[in-house]
Amino acid sequence: MKASADRGLIAPTDWKRPSVKWTARLAHGVLLAGVAIAGLGPMLWLLKAAVTPTQDTLRTPMAFWPNGFDFANLAEAWTRVEIDKYFLNTVALAAGSWAVQLVVAATGGYALAVLRPRIGRYVSGAVLATLFVPSVVLLVPLYLTVLDPPLVGTSMLNTFWAVWLPAGASAFNVLLMQRFFANLPRELFEAARVDGAGPYRVFWSIVLPMSRPIIGVVSVFAVIASWKDFLWPMLVLPDPALQPLSVRLPVLQQFVELDVFLAALAISSLIPIGLFLVFQRLFLNGASLSGALKG
Amino acid sequence: MTSTDTRPAGVTGVRGGAPPPPPPRTRRRGGRAPGGRPALVFLAPMLIVFGVFSWLPIGRAVVMSFQRTNLVADPVWVGFANFQQVFADPQLWTAVQNTGYFAVLALLFGYPIPLVAAILMSEVRRMRGLFSALAYLPVVVPPVVAVLLWKIFYDAGEEGVFNTVLGWAGIGPVAWLQDADVVMPALVLEATWAGAGGTIIIYLAALTGVDPSLYEAAEIDGAGVWHKLWHITLPQLRGILLITFILQIIGTAQVFLEPFLFTDGGPANRTLTLLLLIYRYAFTNSLGGDYGAAAALSLLLALVLTAFSMLYFRLTRSWSGS
Repeated sequence: MKASADRGLIAPTDWKRPSVKWTARLAHGVLLAGVAIAGLGPMLWLLKAAVTPTQDTLRTPMAFWPNGFDFANLAEAWTRVEIDKYFLNTVALAAGSWAVQLVVAATGGYALAVLRPRIGRYVSGAVLATLFVPSVVLLVPLYLTVLDPPLVGTSMLNTFWAVWLPAGASAFNVLLMQRFFANLPRELFEAARVDGAGPYRVFWSIVLPMSRPIIGVVSVFAVIASWKDFLWPMLVLPDPALQPLSVRLPVLQQFVELDVFLAALAISSLIPIGLFLVFQRLFLNGASLSGALKG
Repeated sequence: MTSTDTRPAGVTGVRGGAPPPPPPRTRRRGGRAPGGRPALVFLAPMLIVFGVFSWLPIGRAVVMSFQRTNLVADPVWVGFANFQQVFADPQLWTAVQNTGYFAVLALLFGYPIPLVAAILMSEVRRMRGLFSALAYLPVVVPPVVAVLLWKIFYDAGEEGVFNTVLGWAGIGPVAWLQDADVVMPALVLEATWAGAGGTIIIYLAALTGVDPSLYEAAEIDGAGVWHKLWHITLPQLRGILLITFILQIIGTAQVFLEPFLFTDGGPANRTLTLLLLIYRYAFTNSLGGDYGAAAALSLLLALVLTAFSMLYFRLTRSWSGS
C-alpha cells in the first residue's frame, strides 16, 4: 500500500508531457479554488460579518471590505446575550460526555479484549448489535427513560446527566478500544502478571499508557460530536439556563440583532475549528477510519 | 450473531520465539469464571450504560409501539392501533415522499461531487493536505451554526448573499426557502456542503489503496488515463462506493436538522420529513405526547434502515478482510 504514494492514476512518464502537466495543473487550480470557496468562503464571510455593523451586512453582504468595523459585536454577544453561559454549558456537556464515553469504552474494551470473561462474547454481540439500530428508534423511549430512569427514582430532565450518560452507549467507541487493546502485545500482560500485577494494575499502568493514540481519537470525536449535538440536548434540557450553544442559537436568532447574532455564530464555531486545525492529521485519518468503519 | 467475528484473530496466535502461554481455558475448570470478579468490575460501566440507555430503550421502543402511553396513566395495550393510526395519517405519505425526494437529491448532488474531487485530489502531488483540510472544514462546523448561517445566505431579498451573487449574473432573486419548488434542493445543497468533506476523505483513503502495479500493467497495454480510470480506479473503489451509498441512505432517511431549523417543515409541509413527523407526534404541542404513534413510526423506519445497516456491515466485513 505504501508504494502508491509514488504514483497515482497518471503515469510518471506522462507527467513529463507538457499537455498532461498543464491540464492537470489547470484542473488542480480549479479544484483548489472550488474547495477554497466552498470550504473556507462561508467561514470567512462569517468572520467578516461578525465584526461588521448590521446595516452593512444587510445592504451589501458580498462587499469585500465593510464600511466600518464593529468589534463590540463580539463582546456584546459574549456578555449581554450571555453566550458565555451557553458556551460554558457546551463545554460542560462535552467534558462530561467525553469522560463517560472514555470510561465506558476503556473499561469495557479492556474486559472484552484482555480479561475475556465467559460472558464476553455475548456482551460483545449485544454491544455490536446496537450498531445496527438507527438512532431514530431511541428518540422517544430514551426520552421516557430519562424522565423516569430505573434505579435512580428521580427524573434526569434538566440535568447534564441526561446528556452525559446516554453518550456513553457508543458501540463504535467500545469496538475501537477493544480492537486496539486486542492488538497490544500479550506477552506484556503475561510478564506483568508474573511480576504480581493484578488486572487493575495492568489496566492502569500498562494498557492505558500504551493506548494514547486510540484514546486521542475517541476523545476528539467525543468532544466534536457533543459540540454538534442538537436534538437530544434540546429535548432533555428545556431549561434555557442549562442549554448549550447549539440549542440556544436558533432561539437567539429571533430576538438578537443580526451583527451580534453572527458574532455569536462565529464564537460557537471557534472550538471545533480550532480542534480541527490542531489535530488535523487525527481528523483526516480518523474520518477515513470511521468511514471504512470497523475496517 | 456475529459476535464470534469480533474477537480479532491473532491475539493468542503464534508469536515467534517465546513458548506459547498455556491455553487459559484449561485453568478455569472448577475454578472461578475466567476473568473472575475483576472482569465484571470492568464490564460494569458498559453493562449499566448500555443496559439503561441502549438495550432497555430499544426493547421499550418495540413494546411502546403496541401501547397507548402518556405520562399520566398506565400504558394500555392497543395491538396495531398505533400503526393503523400512522398509516391513516395523510401526513405520513407527504413525509415519505419528502424524505425520498431529499434522499434522491442528496444522491444527485452529494454522490458524484466528492468522487470527482477525491480522484482529482489524489493526483495532487504538492499540498494535498491543504486540499483535504479545506474540503473537510465544513464538516467540523457545528451543524446548527452551518444551518443558521446558510439561512442568512438564503435570504429571499435581492440583497441576500446568494441572491447578490446570482444578481451579478443577472439572475433574479430566488425565494430559496419560501418557494415550494426550490426549498428542498436548497436544503440538500446545504446538507451536501456540510457532508461532502467526510466522503472525500473516505475516497482519498480508498484511492491510496489502489495497487499502482495495476496502473503499470495497463500502461504496458497502452491504456490512457480515461481507460485506467474506468477500468481500474472505479472498479477498485466499487466496495467503498457501495458503502458510502448505504451510509448516505441511512443518514438522509433520518434527516431532521435542516428541515427543522430552515423551514420547520414548511412551506405547506413541502419539507416535512419522517423524523420531523416523529418529533411532532411525540414532542410538539399540537400533536404532542402521542408516544405510541411516534414509537410505531420510528420502528417502521428503523426496520427498513436496519436492513441497510446489516448490508453495510456485511460489506465492510467482507472487504476489510482483503
